[in-house]
Amino acid sequence: MRAQDEAAIVACIPGLRRYARGLVSDSARADDLVQDTLERAWSRFSLWQKRGDIRAWMFGIMHNHFIDGVRARSRRPEDSAGDDLPDIPQRASQSDGIEIRDLDRALQRLPVEQREVMLLVAVEEMSYAEAATALGVPIGTVMSRLARGRDRLRQELQGRAPSIQAAAPLRRIK
Amino acid sequence: MDHPPLKPIASEGRKPVTEADLHAYADQLLDPARHVEIDAFLDAHPAERERVADWRAQNLALKRMLDPVLSEPLPLRLPLKPAPRAGWQEWPWRSLAAGVAIAVVSTGSAWWGRGVYDGQLQRSATLAAAKAGTLHGFAHRAAVAHVVYSPDVRRPVEVGADQEQALVTWLTKRMGTEVKPPDLRALGYGLIGGRLLPGDKGPVAQFMFGGAKGERLTLYVTREDAGRETAFKFGQDGPVNVFYWVDKDFGYAISSGDGKQEMLRVAEAVYSQLEARK
Repeated sequence: MRAQDEAAIVACIPGLRRYARGLVSDSARADDLVQDTLERAWSRFSLWQKRGDIRAWMFGIMHNHFIDGVRARSRRPEDSAGDDLPDIPQRASQSDGIEIRDLDRALQRLPVEQREVMLLVAVEEMSYAEAATALGVPIGTVMSRLARGRDRLRQELQGRAPSIQAAAPLRRIK
Repeated sequence: MDHPPLKPIASEGRKPVTEADLHAYADQLLDPARHVEIDAFLDAHPAERERVADWRAQNLALKRMLDPVLSEPLPLRLPLKPAPRAGWQEWPWRSLAAGVAIAVVSTGSAWWGRGVYDGQLQRSATLAAAKAGTLHGFAHRAAVAHVVYSPDVRRPVEVGADQEQALVTWLTKRMGTEVKPPDLRALGYGLIGGRLLPGDKGPVAQFMFGGAKGERLTLYVTREDAGRETAFKFGQDGPVNVFYWVDKDFGYAISSGDGKQEMLRVAEAVYSQLEARK
């Protein structure tokens, strides 16, 4: 494995952690996801063979892993409500503003496929084509998920729309 | 769904404006010509303008909520390199060969370095005649950080040079010791700003400087084990050249696409300014 490729993978880690935190909110679970993604990436690197952008490849691994986890949990009866009942967001605490708690809760209430697209485009600043590669879907699908996700988030936050601008940064986890 | 994403919502003689255009406008993904067209369309359609502004506010709010994750130190459990292969021990000549290569390099570099730097730096300096891929540890991470951030036109730094005092205060607080950018103006490099990055053992500071021809140079400052001290070393990773050394509790790495001689000049200036502060 070339040092540059290794370096490119390591360079993705902060972004992967940010994305994972958006996907699952709870920081320990988010890092579980990052850890599993990295383990898969390191062991499967030889299969990658420069088919494309390394960042999209890494985010694609995380997507597959995340979706596997979502499916596994939704098969268990106690979690059969799936994503309509979000996990209690661990991120929120008393020192976080009400806006950030609302935003996090609204984000966690989005269907997973909309949440993924929203995060890749809005936070990771991927192009639609890059997001499509990472998620393994056509660009049109990315667009329609994005549109639906945005509408839904807007509805969720209605009445608070002006205040989300003032959302305070996430409290550092010590 | 209220808004089918690809349905044309206006034509006005030109290429029709689609929902997809509006999203791409909000995400700043349009080429400049199309951006101007959509801008004009939105001027004429205030309701759409408001919707697009709302999407942008969502982007911004999500980023603000999640961006702090980027500056957290990476948890120990994350594997930063491939797990050693089970079959590795069956190939003893590999490590043997590596050992020979290191011996050759260090002999060569000790000879090379002696005459060149002894007088200038008052410390024994060796120059490892490194080839691509020989950077390790923080020097390697410095090269990666250089490659990642120096071409970034929109956000090369988190805090700009116009807020240098705030930058120093912030980095000093986060690094737990005084961290200040060197003054390289005499060498033709102005401070662009700095950022905090996750390192191996905690936060790392990266300062970025710009030269007259738009070239970028970064200084990476990381906490290293106390007491260790190394000579100046030089290495390459692809197009990036890196000068690095450990002094007291800190590792320093200067990365740039410039040649070795130019970088040596900078490394000397940085080193002597650090010495002068002691």
